Amino acid sequence: MTRIASAFENKKAFIAFITCGDPDLATTAACVRSAVENGADLVELGIPFSDPTAEGPVIQGANLRALTGGVTTDKIFDMVRELRKDVSVPMVFMTYVNVVFSYGAERFFETCKETGMDGVILPDLPYEEKEEFLPVSRKHGVDLISLIAPTSENRIAMIAKEAEGFLYIVSSLGVTGTRSEIKTDLKSIVDVVRQNTDIPCAIGFGISTPEQAQKMAGISDGAIVGSAIVKLIERYGKGAPEHVGAYVREMVEAVRNVS
Amino acid sequence: MTNNNGRFGIHGGQYIPETLMNAVIELEEAYNHLKNDSAFNKELTALLNDYAGRPSRLYFAKKMTENLGGAKIYLKREDLNHTGAHKINNVLGQALLAKKMGKTRLIAETGAGQHGVATATAATLLGMECVVFMGEEDTIRQALNVYRMRLLGAEVIPVKSGTATLKDAVSEAMREWTSRIADTHYCLGSVMGPHPFPTIVRDFQAVISKEIREQILEKEGRLPDAVIACVGGGSNAIGTFYHFIEDKDVRLIGCEAAGRGIDTLETAATVSTGKLGIFHGMKSYFCQDEYGQIAPVYSISAGLDYPGIGPEHAHLHDIGRAEYVPVTDDEAVEAFEYLSRTEGIIPAIESAHAVAYAEKIAPDMGRDQIIVITISGRGDKDCAAIARYRGEDIHD
Repeated sequence: MTRIASAFENKKAFIAFITCGDPDLATTAACVRSAVENGADLVELGIPFSDPTAEGPVIQGANLRALTGGVTTDKIFDMVRELRKDVSVPMVFMTYVNVVFSYGAERFFETCKETGMDGVILPDLPYEEKEEFLPVSRKHGVDLISLIAPTSENRIAMIAKEAEGFLYIVSSLGVTGTRSEIKTDLKSIVDVVRQNTDIPCAIGFGISTPEQAQKMAGISDGAIVGSAIVKLIERYGKGAPEHVGAYVREMVEAVRNVS
Repeated sequence: MTNNNGRFGIHGGQYIPETLMNAVIELEEAYNHLKNDSAFNKELTALLNDYAGRPSRLYFAKKMTENLGGAKIYLKREDLNHTGAHKINNVLGQALLAKKMGKTRLIAETGAGQHGVATATAATLLGMECVVFMGEEDTIRQALNVYRMRLLGAEVIPVKSGTATLKDAVSEAMREWTSRIADTHYCLGSVMGPHPFPTIVRDFQAVISKEIREQILEKEGRLPDAVIACVGGGSNAIGTFYHFIEDKDVRLIGCEAAGRGIDTLETAATVSTGKLGIFHGMKSYFCQDEYGQIAPVYSISAGLDYPGIGPEHAHLHDIGRAEYVPVTDDEAVEAFEYLSRTEGIIPAIESAHAVAYAEKIAPDMGRDQIIVITISGRGDKDCAAIARYRGEDIHD
């Protein structure tokens, strides 16, 4: 069983997203450890991009702070090497396709494998374009994680059939960021997903409260939270790890309580 | 030149969030259906002719020709179109297409403001809602166009993220589109972004070269030796090139904004200083650092201040069919003043980049040779900024 599959084994998963290098990589590493110690089942590490078109203001701000602080893809790989000495939960990168393309897909996925990254999420790489990267990611045993959106409709089955790792179901229209209400009929999307694949699916975008996480994990196999965690890091800076830990603990409990 | 996946050689494609995929597929289907529909084309042609004022003139610039002492210079007067630039050609096409698709709201990005003004205009004409995203920096550089858009009933949203210029306006318009798709069409202003936009915008702008071809054959009985246009994303340039691509004896020259020079960091000359990348939905050349972070670019021209270039241009560069040359702020400003004083035509500062390069090459060409420069827009919007560049403290 892969590390990603084990994160969903016999339980609903809580997935935490953290932008690397905001405010610095030492804080990022400490936040990851704190999230894991408090029960996060999988960690998404954001490699910052100058123009993150799928992100709302909160994660845009984190990207800007991280890049201004001088973080690079190479420094992030170094951090992952260090983290992997004691962190065993699955970790995936979330970044934009140009970050991978400019590093060189071969070198990027090879280094993912070498440092212990399990998957990569590229929000600007839809089904139609994934063949450019899939042979390379597969060669190195790194899952290229697909997304399904509220507008996917007739595309859900096609995407699910070829999905690997886990499926990232986007809860709402628009960009990342907390929302007071999620209106999409996610149950029917998950139904189509389950008819077409056995891999787990988790819901992200807009989730910030334990109640939302519980509801989303109840519909699917897990909940993904980004902006709410990034907001804590923005607020507490280098002192963020303990706050991230406390928040993750609360969210994990909510997700585990799904009946 | 495009295949089914919207590729121009290795460039193009559809690198966009899954949320938008069905929207671009729906757009492509609607466009493929309507582009051959005679009623649609009749309606669009009527709008272009009776409302926008097409065909635009091909004017023999006698004084400029005599002054430079070489090739005969013709100016393709897109500046005479309604709203003052070539942008209206594409906007009327897309707005009509969107309306036929049942959309009631247009969103757009704008740099210099010309595309925003054109979109606001078409929205008003066709009874649609309009929201324009404009970099905050550009709302200051082009304050008059902000007022024009608001006068036309559009909402203008200043974009504060990133470098607060054109690329950020595109990013914000894409974000807005992902949040509201059902009633909204993203009226992209250049030959960029995900397929099918580079093809649709090129087709709507190709009227420029279609007319140049007819007009020059009528006036000179032969094709030009060179056609020259400025390139940001590249819509007026591809419009100027398109019907000459198969005529190998016609040089196709795109003038990029070099800003303070291609050996400085303050430049927007993508082909000269960029490298292959994937951004804003397309694979093409982009100004970026070694880790793929998009570079902050600079040009005096808000309309050329973009870190990428349309995928068809990238391909025309790869195969050596078109030349892309850098033109600096200083050269463009001098050309802006030159054309004003020589021909009594104030060009947009964007178009002045093309004029500047024609000034360079015309004297070395024979008197029997012909250059056509596309004057993509008029320069009224730029007067205050150029005056300031020259040290005169005037404001819009």
